Amino acid sequence: MAASTTASTTASATTSIVVDNVSKTFRYQAHPTLKKVLQGKLRGQSTSETFKALDGVSFEVQQGESIGLMGLNGSGKSTLLKLVSGVMRPDQGQVLTRGRISGLIATGAGFHNELTGRDNIYMNAAMLGMSKEETDAKFDDIAAFADVGRFLDTPVGNYSSGMFARLGFSVAVHVDCDIFIADEVLAVGDRPFKRKCLKRMKQIRESGITMFYVSHSAGSVKRMCDRAIVLEKGRVGFDGDVDEAIKFLHYDGDDEEPDGEELEEDERDDALANDI
Amino acid sequence: MSQAGDAPPVAVRHDLAHVPLAPPSRTSGVLEVFRRRYLLRLMVRREIQARYAGTAFGLLWSYINPLTRFLTFYFVFGLLLGRGLGLENFAIHLFAGMVLVNYFTETVTSGTRSLLSNKGVIGKMALPREMFPVASMLVSLWHAVPQFIILVIACLVTGWWGDGPMWVPDAVGMGAALLGLMLMMVYGTAFGLMFSCVNVIFRDFQRIVQTFINMVPFTAPMMYPFHIVADGTRIPSSWLSVYLANPVAEAVMLIQRGFWYPTCAPNCAVDPATGAALPEFASDLYPRGFIMLGIGLALLVLGQWVFARLEKTVPERL
Repeated sequence: MAASTTASTTASATTSIVVDNVSKTFRYQAHPTLKKVLQGKLRGQSTSETFKALDGVSFEVQQGESIGLMGLNGSGKSTLLKLVSGVMRPDQGQVLTRGRISGLIATGAGFHNELTGRDNIYMNAAMLGMSKEETDAKFDDIAAFADVGRFLDTPVGNYSSGMFARLGFSVAVHVDCDIFIADEVLAVGDRPFKRKCLKRMKQIRESGITMFYVSHSAGSVKRMCDRAIVLEKGRVGFDGDVDEAIKFLHYDGDDEEPDGEELEEDERDDALANDI
Repeated sequence: MSQAGDAPPVAVRHDLAHVPLAPPSRTSGVLEVFRRRYLLRLMVRREIQARYAGTAFGLLWSYINPLTRFLTFYFVFGLLLGRGLGLENFAIHLFAGMVLVNYFTETVTSGTRSLLSNKGVIGKMALPREMFPVASMLVSLWHAVPQFIILVIACLVTGWWGDGPMWVPDAVGMGAALLGLMLMMVYGTAFGLMFSCVNVIFRDFQRIVQTFINMVPFTAPMMYPFHIVADGTRIPSSWLSVYLANPVAEAVMLIQRGFWYPTCAPNCAVDPATGAALPEFASDLYPRGFIMLGIGLALLVLGQWVFARLEKTVPERL
């Protein structure tokens, strides 16, 4: 109730995303066999146990804000992204967005291994809502950013995983969107490409596009975002200042020492973010 | 601040103040598919390209397969069985029906699998999901084109070499064939829409569909003449109305009217013992066709309704 009243009072022309008391429930086992169902019935157990991936999540994002979405594995980040991007619908509550959405829930989703990089660029751009003319106009930029060279006209099945990811990212960042969703973009790609990605995302952010950025890296969230939402077991645990969010998550290393590798990764991301 | 600073902010450029807040997943059903024709065209092209990718003959396979099938029909049904059943140009009788039946069964089976086989995209991108069964229907239609071409060639060659008259397409016949094609298109899409969602929720469904699809070619008068169903000696005549209520049987007779019927004279079907003329098709062929088209369109609306109800839970069940 409280959430809906705040939503209506603060809803203005520049509201970009409204997530209003949203819940999403999943089943543990989606496809039980007949045998399992019967066994369950005989033993008096239910085979369709459910869990709440999101439970009463509410927040609002203004146009141009860049939000870092953080939380441990399984806290509901990906589900929330899927609801915001329109892939899934909430069971309860509502999600509203304004304008065109682009982004990466997973790079290279919808790529067809048999088709060439060129054809896949057109295909992927069309899936993200771009017209033929729009893609034609941006094609050279997309190809240059992806930097796959002569491989552009070979089937993407032959690409290295890095090239595959670059192509997907390249299409997504060239969509003329109002909301940009980025899920673990830095998980793939080598250092030069990571740097290019971060630079491009900074541009996106500065052009007034609402950004929704998911990352475990405290450093990059700190550099990229001006607000952080922390999910905890499907609920909003914290919503506000990035530094406080990192403290809330104990990602700042005060309470427990992260192992060396993680620290190193963080430092590298920090260094990258500083580079740009 | 640097590069992006030159352009006005997105909110101004896209005039976001006048863009409404809306659920990101909102679509207008099948109509949305036609609003995004460009994506549909790319998806259909992708499927067509992928089918023969890496083969040397490429699209030629779409001609080789139906051609060899027709020649088989010609030898087995035309030369061996046709005379005994009193059918002229049995191979065309069968092949004409087969073109539509293949189209229909391919639409339904690939439509049923369409959501499951595209789960990588569906789980990650917000698309109107009706797109997938509709694309399956169009891909099947594309593959029916070479079969139609082979059918036309077969009709012409039969007229040239056979005893019958030259095959000259008549307006009524072509209209009938078109009506038959539309019937299969509408019913195939309606079933594809309904079954694709059911198949995600209940994965045994595609196997159930396959089982029934295997029977479909036998439910239409193409491997046997219509008169053996209609004469009341083999099956009770009260069952005939059930037999004729099948849109596949109706469509098969309609296309036979367009392609097979003009190739034979004076009668297409005769009693092999007495030589008396027998009915080639059901009576009221055209009114039945139009009524079935009406029912099919209603079924399509129902299919869209079922799809809209079920597709909400599709991404999480994939």
